[in-house]
Amino acid sequence: MSTLPQTIPESRRPKNYLNAAYGVRSWLLTIDHKRIAILYLIGVTFFFALGGLAAALIRLELLTPAGDVFQAETYNKIFTTHGVMMVFFFMIPGIPGVLGNFLIPLMIGAKDVAFPRLNLLSWYLYIIGGLTALWAVIHGGVDTGWTFYTPYSTVYSNGWVVVTAVGIFIAGFSSILTGLNFLVTIHTMRAPGMTWLRMPLFCWGMYATAIIQILGTPVIAITLLLVGAERLFHLGIFDPAQGGDPVLFQHLFWFYSHPAVYIMILPAMAVISELVTAFSRKPIFGYKFIAGSSIAIAVLSFLVWGHHMFVSGQSVYAGLVFSILSFLVAIPSAIKVFNWTATLYKGSVSYQTPLLYALGFIGLFTFGGLTGLMLATLGLDIHVHDTYFIVAHFHYIMVGGTIMAYLGGLHYWWPKISGKLYPEYWSRVSAWVIFIGFNLTFFPQFIVGYLGMPRRYHAYPEEFQVLNVMSTAGASILGIGYLIPAVYFFWSMRYGKDAADNPWGATGLEWETPSPPPTENFPETPIVSGKPYDYLTGRDEVAVG
Amino acid sequence: MHFFPEEASTFARHVDGLYLFLILVTAFFSLLIGTLVVAFAIRFHRKSENEVAQDVHESGVLEIVWTVIPFGLTMVMFFWGASVYFRITRPPGTALDIYVTAKQWMWKLQHTDGHREMNELHIPIGQPVRLTMASEDVIHSFYVPAFRFKRDVVPGRFSVAWFEATKPGKYHLFCAEYCGTRHSNMIGWVYAMTPADYQAWLAGGAPGETLAASGAKRFVENACNTCHGDQPGARGPSLTGLFGRRVQLASGQTIVADESYIRESIVNPQAKLVAGYPPIMPTFQGLISEEGLLQLVAYVKSLSPAPAAGAAAPAPVPAPTPERKASRP
Repeated sequence: MSTLPQTIPESRRPKNYLNAAYGVRSWLLTIDHKRIAILYLIGVTFFFALGGLAAALIRLELLTPAGDVFQAETYNKIFTTHGVMMVFFFMIPGIPGVLGNFLIPLMIGAKDVAFPRLNLLSWYLYIIGGLTALWAVIHGGVDTGWTFYTPYSTVYSNGWVVVTAVGIFIAGFSSILTGLNFLVTIHTMRAPGMTWLRMPLFCWGMYATAIIQILGTPVIAITLLLVGAERLFHLGIFDPAQGGDPVLFQHLFWFYSHPAVYIMILPAMAVISELVTAFSRKPIFGYKFIAGSSIAIAVLSFLVWGHHMFVSGQSVYAGLVFSILSFLVAIPSAIKVFNWTATLYKGSVSYQTPLLYALGFIGLFTFGGLTGLMLATLGLDIHVHDTYFIVAHFHYIMVGGTIMAYLGGLHYWWPKISGKLYPEYWSRVSAWVIFIGFNLTFFPQFIVGYLGMPRRYHAYPEEFQVLNVMSTAGASILGIGYLIPAVYFFWSMRYGKDAADNPWGATGLEWETPSPPPTENFPETPIVSGKPYDYLTGRDEVAVG
Repeated sequence: MHFFPEEASTFARHVDGLYLFLILVTAFFSLLIGTLVVAFAIRFHRKSENEVAQDVHESGVLEIVWTVIPFGLTMVMFFWGASVYFRITRPPGTALDIYVTAKQWMWKLQHTDGHREMNELHIPIGQPVRLTMASEDVIHSFYVPAFRFKRDVVPGRFSVAWFEATKPGKYHLFCAEYCGTRHSNMIGWVYAMTPADYQAWLAGGAPGETLAASGAKRFVENACNTCHGDQPGARGPSLTGLFGRRVQLASGQTIVADESYIRESIVNPQAKLVAGYPPIMPTFQGLISEEGLLQLVAYVKSLSPAPAAGAAAPAPVPAPTPERKASRP
C-alpha cells in the first residue's frame, strides 16, 4: 500500500497538487480539478455555515410559542435565508462541486475534466451567485421563502427578490456547466479499459445528476427571470389581477425544484455506494441495478412535480397521475437501499468513521424515503401538506441523507484530498453526535406536523411547545456535531499524520495514486482490465502501462 | 402527549386509518433495514486486518423480489390514498354554503343569511359545509387539522371545497400557505355545533342583509340588469335558473354553470361566451372586489329553482327603465 515514509520533510516530498505551486494566484487561477474542488470546499462550507446560523436562529425563535425573539418579518427573512443558502449554495453544488470535481477524473483515470477552464468558471459563477444572494441578505433580506411563490414574490413582497433571483440565476449556470463538464468527461475521458460497466458507481451517480443539472436548471433560470421581469415590468404572467396564473409559477418552479431534490440526493447515494463496498471489502451487490436505478431516478424525477400542488386546486386526474408517478420514483431508491444492505452481508465490515456515516445515511434515508410515500399518498397529503411533517420529511432526505453522505465521503477521501489523517476517535464521536442530534431535531417535527402545525410560522399555539423544545434541543446537539469535524479537519491539515496512498485498503483508481495526488493525477495513464470493487481476487486488475 | 389531532370530520377517520397503515409500513421497513444493517455489521465485523469478505453471488431473484414487493405496496398506498382523496373531493348533494374571503392576514367568512364572521366560523355538525373561497391578494390556504381539511385559496379564481364536521368543539383554523409577514397570525377558530346550538347561534346574532340581497344590490350598482334583466330581447342571457345548468357556448362546447364559470364570465366575459349572444359585455376585472364577486355569485345562485342554502331568495331584479340605462359605467 503506502510507499511513503511518515516523516519526509516538506521540501523533499514529491510534488503533489497541493505543493505544486504556492500563493493566492495559484489557487484562484487554477484549472486543476483537485484545486477547484478545494475552492468549492471553501465555498460550500462558508454557505453551509451561513445557512446553519440561520437555522440556529429559527430554532431559537421556535423555542417558545410567542414570536418573541425576532419580529415576524425578520423571522421570515431568516427562514428564507436558511432555505436559499442551504438549497442553492450548499446542497446543489456541495457533493458535485467538492467530491465530484476531485474524484471523477481520478476514478476514471483521466488527467482532468474535459473542460478545465469551464470548470473554474463554474466556481466563479457559483461564488458570484452566492455573494449576490448574500448581498441581498445583508441589505435587508428577502422574505418569500426559498420557493418564491407568486403573486407574493412578484407583487407583495418588499424584500430583495430580484437580487436574490439574479444570484440563483447566476449560480444556475454554474450548475449547468458543472453537469456538462462531468457528462462530457465521463463520456470521453475514461482510461483505456474503463468501460461503462467497469466505472465506479460514484461516477454513475454523478452522471445521472449531470443529466438533471443540464435539463432542469434552465427551467428554474427562466422561471426566476420571469419573476424578476414581472416584478420590475409588471408583465402579468403570474398576476391574477392582469389575467395571469399564480399556479403556473408553481408548475415551472417545481419542474426544476423537484428534480433538484435528486441533484441533492443522487450524489449522496453515489458516495454511499463507494463507502459501503470499501468498508465491507466486498464487491457491491447488484452493481447494474444500482447504476440503472440512478438513471431511472434521473428520468422519473422530471415527471413528479405535480405532487407539490395536491391542494392548490389542480384537477383530480392530474393529482392521480402525479401520485402514481411519485410512487414509482421511490422504487429505484428502495432497490439501492436493499443492495447496500446486501453488500454488508458476509462482508469484512470495519467500523471506521466513513462507514458510521454511511450506515447513518441508510437508516435516515430509508425513514425519510418512507415518509415521502405518505406525501405521495393523495388522501394523506391533503392533511400534512405545508405542515412540519413536510419539513421533517425533506430534512431526513437532505440533512439525514445528503449531509451524512457528504460528511461520510469527506471522511473517506480526506486522506486522499489532504494527504493527512484526522483523529479517528473524534470523527467517530462526530458521527454519533450528528446522528443523535439529527433525530432529536427532526423526529418530533413529524409528530407536530401531523398534529397540524403549519410550516413557516413565526408564532405557534402553545400545545405544540414540547415538541418544538425537543427540536431546538436536538438542533443544538446537531450544531455541535457539525463543529467537531470542522475543527479536526482543520487541525489535521497541520498536525495530522501523513496518510498512506490507500489507507483503507480500498479498490478504485483514486487509491492507486499518491496521497495527495500529483497535479497530473497519474504518472502514466492507467489501463483498466477488470470489474470495479474486485475485493475478492486481489487488486491486480489495474496495470500501469 | 397526543399523536393525532382530534377526529372531527367525516373523513378524519379515513385519513388516520391510511396514516396508520403507512406508519406500519414505514416502521416495518425501517426496522427491517435498521436491524439487517446493524446485524450484518456486527456478525461480519472485521476481526483481523487482513480478513477478506466471503464470495456472495448476485441474485436476480432477490433483485426482482425487492423491486416487486415495494412496487406492490406502493400501489396499495396509491389506490387507498386515491379512494380517501375521492371521498374528500366528491361534491356533497346539498350543503351549507359558506363564502370565504382571504386577505393578508385575516379570514372573512360569510353565511348566506347575512351573518359575517372574522377569523371565526360557526357551523353545524352532521351537515356538509361547502366553502367557496376567494383571495384578495396572495395565495392562502384554509386548513383545519381536526377536519384533515386543507385547500389553497388562489387569487383570481374561486376555490371550492367541502367538509362535514362530526363532533362539536372548537378547532384551529390555520393559514397553511406562506402569505407574508403576519402569516402565523392568520389563524382563527372553527366552532362546530350541534344543529340546535347552531340554530340558536344564528338566531342570536343580528345578521345584515342576506348575501344574495347584497349581491342583488351589486347587480344593480354595476348595471348588470341592463342586459341580464330577463326582459324580452335582452342583450345578455337570462340568469334565472342558470346555476347548475348546462350552458351551450358559442365555441360549440357546453359547460355546467358553477361558481367558477359565473366568476369568469364577470371578470373575463369573452372567455366562455354563451351561444347566440354577441361578445359585447365589458370586463369587470378590478372593478368588483372579491367579496363583491362572491355576493354576485350568491345572488345568481339564488335565482335557481333549488337554492343550495336555506336563505330566502330575493326576487330577480327587473330590467331597468330606459332612463336608468345612463347609469351604466
